[in-house]
Amino acid sequence: MKLTREEVLHIARLARLGLTEEDVGKFREQLSNILENFEILQQVDTTDVPPTAQPLALKNVMRDDKVTPSLASDDILANAPRREGDCFRVRAVLE
Amino acid sequence: MPDNLAELTIHQAHELLKGRQLSSVELTRAYLERISKVEPEIQAFVTVTDELALKQAEAADRLLAGNGANPLAGVPVLIKDVMCTKGVRTTCSSKILENLVPPYDATVVEKLKACNAVIIGKANMDEFAMGSSTENSAFFTTRNPWDRSRVPGGSSGGSAAGVAAGETVYALGSDTGGSIRQPAGFCSVVGFKPTYGRVSRYGLVAFASSLDQIGPLTRDVADCALVMNAIAGYDSRDSTSAPEPVPDYTRCLNAELKGMRIGVPREYFVKGMQPEVDKAIKAGIEQLEKLGAEIDWEVSLPHTPYALAVYYIIAPSEASANLARYDGVKYGFSYQAPTMWESLEKTRQYGFGAEVKRRIMLGTYALSAGYYDAYYLKAQKVRTLIRREFDRAFLPPSPSK
Repeated sequence: MKLTREEVLHIARLARLGLTEEDVGKFREQLSNILENFEILQQVDTTDVPPTAQPLALKNVMRDDKVTPSLASDDILANAPRREGDCFRVRAVLE
Repeated sequence: MPDNLAELTIHQAHELLKGRQLSSVELTRAYLERISKVEPEIQAFVTVTDELALKQAEAADRLLAGNGANPLAGVPVLIKDVMCTKGVRTTCSSKILENLVPPYDATVVEKLKACNAVIIGKANMDEFAMGSSTENSAFFTTRNPWDRSRVPGGSSGGSAAGVAAGETVYALGSDTGGSIRQPAGFCSVVGFKPTYGRVSRYGLVAFASSLDQIGPLTRDVADCALVMNAIAGYDSRDSTSAPEPVPDYTRCLNAELKGMRIGVPREYFVKGMQPEVDKAIKAGIEQLEKLGAEIDWEVSLPHTPYALAVYYIIAPSEASANLARYDGVKYGFSYQAPTMWESLEKTRQYGFGAEVKRRIMLGTYALSAGYYDAYYLKAQKVRTLIRREFDRAFLPPSPSK
């Protein structure tokens, strides 16, 4: 089953990824092929099998509530494409 | 000056430096000369950090005058351009980070600096570590030093080629699905992916966080142990760092193989395997047997055929989340369009290469409403089954057997 044009555009929108018309056609083809290869997993019985998110037996790793030095804001802002004072400057979110 | 720059190991360099037969500045200059000679053909480096390297070499020389210098002191290292280096451009071989200068060091870089290592440059790679040939670099393709018409493998292709071409003594790479081991194989150097959690990922630009791991590429196994001694260990800044004591890896060298049982999973010999590869692997196994190891050819990991599909769901899913941060606001390439949404979409459209976009799309799809259970959750469950098979394979043999 091939992905529709609308499905590809929907995923691109979720990923905030601009696509050309050519990309849309290419991804319809490529993603459909890859997804087809994933069908193999349907052969595996995973009833009552818990998922593995990461391989270590760690959970809820906490640190002590202690103040430690952090990076200076000037260092953080040094790579900003647009800056205003101590803030990152962005395009208006609301019109 | 040693005339075998392409063969010099860390432990050999250390002996020369310690014995004052050679200074770190001389050694570093020799490698910088070698780089300017072979780099036009190999293209392993995104950035050559000559000034930094010579400064670090001078500092190392002062230290090496005393006793007890770390084996890595004064020895040049090449770092894959996916690890943050304070004040030195870190690009991930991507257009979107082409001009990023990190304000901090990755933990591994901090640790190498604490050993007085000499950072000679940043290595080319597949963009965001996605690929296995280094052809996905947004800048250029690295060539295999053994045959320049061939690829060096990837994604740590620059690291592997740099070591093989004698442009550095050793390198750091990162491995998510083979990205240290495969280029090390292609370039005939030693590559090691440590157990997940062993080396801190703090300052490693994330691709797939539950799989990414930093490791060494070296000329021999002893060097690999020396680098592991320097970079392994718990780090509170990486919450998936393993709170385990670190052994002295050099004590594992020259270990007796007698009494060691090595399992060879049946499923790893697949149809369509090249006969040369099959032969080389079996020769390696025979060598281990000759050295006294007991080989068990009956080990079976039946879920192996599903591993690739599991990987190709989990890695892109995590990547799509990790790469959401590249929005052209805080750092990196930024396309200035009239509206916020357009700026965001165009920044990512022009900033990412084709393979990265494909994986972002794939991961976003696998995580999207309606498909999460069928793809991502299913893959995580099969991952559990794959893990359990390994756990079983490593259980001590039962007494009844």
